[in-house]
Amino acid sequence: MDIRWPNASWMSDMDASRLVRKNEWEWHIAPERGMHVPGVLYADQALVEAMDDKVFEQITNVARLPGIVKASFAMPDAHWGYGFPIGGVATFDPDAGGVVSAGGVGFDISCGVRTLLTNLTVGDVEAYKTDLADVLFASIPAGLGSRGDIHLSDDQMNEMLAGGADWAVRCGWGEKVDLERIEEHGMSAGAVPGFISEQARKRQRSEMGTLGSGNHYLEVQKVVEIFDPTRAAAMGLKLDHVVVSIHCGSRGLGHQIGSEFLKRMALAAADHGINLPDRELACAPLDSSLGREYLGAMRAAINCALANRQIITHLAREAFGRVFPNASLNLLYDVSHNTCKEEFHEIGGLRKRLFVHRKGATRAFGPGHPELPDPLCQTGQPVLIGGSMGTESHILAGTEKSESLAFSSACHGAGRAMSRRQATRRWKGRKLVDELAERGIIIRSPSLRGVAEEAPGAYKNVGAVVDAAHGAGLARKIARLEPMICIKG
Amino acid sequence: MGIRGWGPYLASAFEQAALAMTAVICDLQDVRLATTIRIECDGQDDEFLLVNWIDALVYEMATRSMLFGRFRVSISDGHLVAEVSGEPIDVARHQPAVEIKGATLTNLRVYQDAHGHQVAQCIVDV
Repeated sequence: MDIRWPNASWMSDMDASRLVRKNEWEWHIAPERGMHVPGVLYADQALVEAMDDKVFEQITNVARLPGIVKASFAMPDAHWGYGFPIGGVATFDPDAGGVVSAGGVGFDISCGVRTLLTNLTVGDVEAYKTDLADVLFASIPAGLGSRGDIHLSDDQMNEMLAGGADWAVRCGWGEKVDLERIEEHGMSAGAVPGFISEQARKRQRSEMGTLGSGNHYLEVQKVVEIFDPTRAAAMGLKLDHVVVSIHCGSRGLGHQIGSEFLKRMALAAADHGINLPDRELACAPLDSSLGREYLGAMRAAINCALANRQIITHLAREAFGRVFPNASLNLLYDVSHNTCKEEFHEIGGLRKRLFVHRKGATRAFGPGHPELPDPLCQTGQPVLIGGSMGTESHILAGTEKSESLAFSSACHGAGRAMSRRQATRRWKGRKLVDELAERGIIIRSPSLRGVAEEAPGAYKNVGAVVDAAHGAGLARKIARLEPMICIKG
Repeated sequence: MGIRGWGPYLASAFEQAALAMTAVICDLQDVRLATTIRIECDGQDDEFLLVNWIDALVYEMATRSMLFGRFRVSISDGHLVAEVSGEPIDVARHQPAVEIKGATLTNLRVYQDAHGHQVAQCIVDV
């Protein structure tokens, strides 16, 4: 059988000799056989050589899609995805037959990270760490089958899909000031709730304010290293202070929308005159009824994710308040890493309206960008990079160069180094929880098998990924975080 | 995560693929067969039928908060009818590791192997 099966594909590394190295951090794939643009990877040699060879194929396939501009990009954490690589950035021109792709966004639409700054020191939290872990675990529904206390009526569902985090704040989950620290002020414009199917609504009805499972988490983290004191201070990041990071997405609604449109786009591609190099690259012209329908539905799913993270933020604030009555949790920033966004970028000296797919990639606006509030307008947009539950996470900021490199984009996380099955063979959940506890990291999860599958050793070294993003100029390192408590879905 | 079912017939390969899907989430032996529901779906071809079958199961698991451990499938003229048995999710007992978001078109193949077995496979997103 000649099928490349993912379990085997972990072992097939990329052959760096097929790439042209432009500098220490940038590698090119020259356009060939129907590629409209080159492929560009940002990574050091070790990361490139550790990438799955399938990433090469996926970068070049994306470069063959109609209307793609500049290049098919891969971030330092790029790995094998469905159609588009995870860690891929692809931008399309609607005036040149450009497309939108459900596979280019990913199933978990608007999955992302938000980080909250607390007024607590590591010492404050250490004294009550177990209590805090228990209260957080009891407050925030996590894992498969977990239901929130929020059940939306049909009207509330439509308001949520149109309003995102803005809707959540209007309902009392959070403060208005939170909204300026969320992309698009917490509400994706152009969402069309009418394009969200009954099935997607039904999957979401009881899932608001839930973390989900897999690699999703809420972490209490300590700031252990500052790389850029001036920008860190402007962001409010202080050494030995505690922050909270939340990683989750659009839950069942987003998954259902992703599944539905992936199939519809695959079946309609021929009717749109699109010859797909691979069926999983399913897409539709931006200027088509299916393309517009997907954009409207995807934006509604983005709002679902933003509302979800806003509600979890509220639950986290309440939980902290029970242990630390004077605690404040202020939003640093909320960034999504599975999206397609309508943005303006310069192409050949002209300002153009384009659609940027970032799948497992984070937007990284540089200093001075008009969408950033003060003081982030001076620092550059925070880029929040989640690591694994036993290692570290990072906060970076968009640079002056990030616009010219990859449409203001950077990496999103560590990426898996081995399959879930391999991880469960190597680690056992209980032992892992005990080992992490000895290192001062409290894990709370409904599933020990889930913990084993998410073992820190199953992930690549996030430090190498952020070093490459920093080296390439996609984003600059600001601070390094280590986990204290991890509520794992 | 890849799932692959083998069987003498198309329907049995689809049953096995569904079992593999549950095994991605939890230990199959832990799923009691307390309730049976009926699922029907169609597909433009056998491969889309497989994707629609797995997606239908994902939807029923999510909206009913259930896990399924037995699948009785019949397929004729691109139409699938199934009796699916399982029970409500019990987090403490099932220890569900992941939530399946949906079936993908990646490594999606329905074919007959060299031994004459029907094979049904795809990657599911977790």
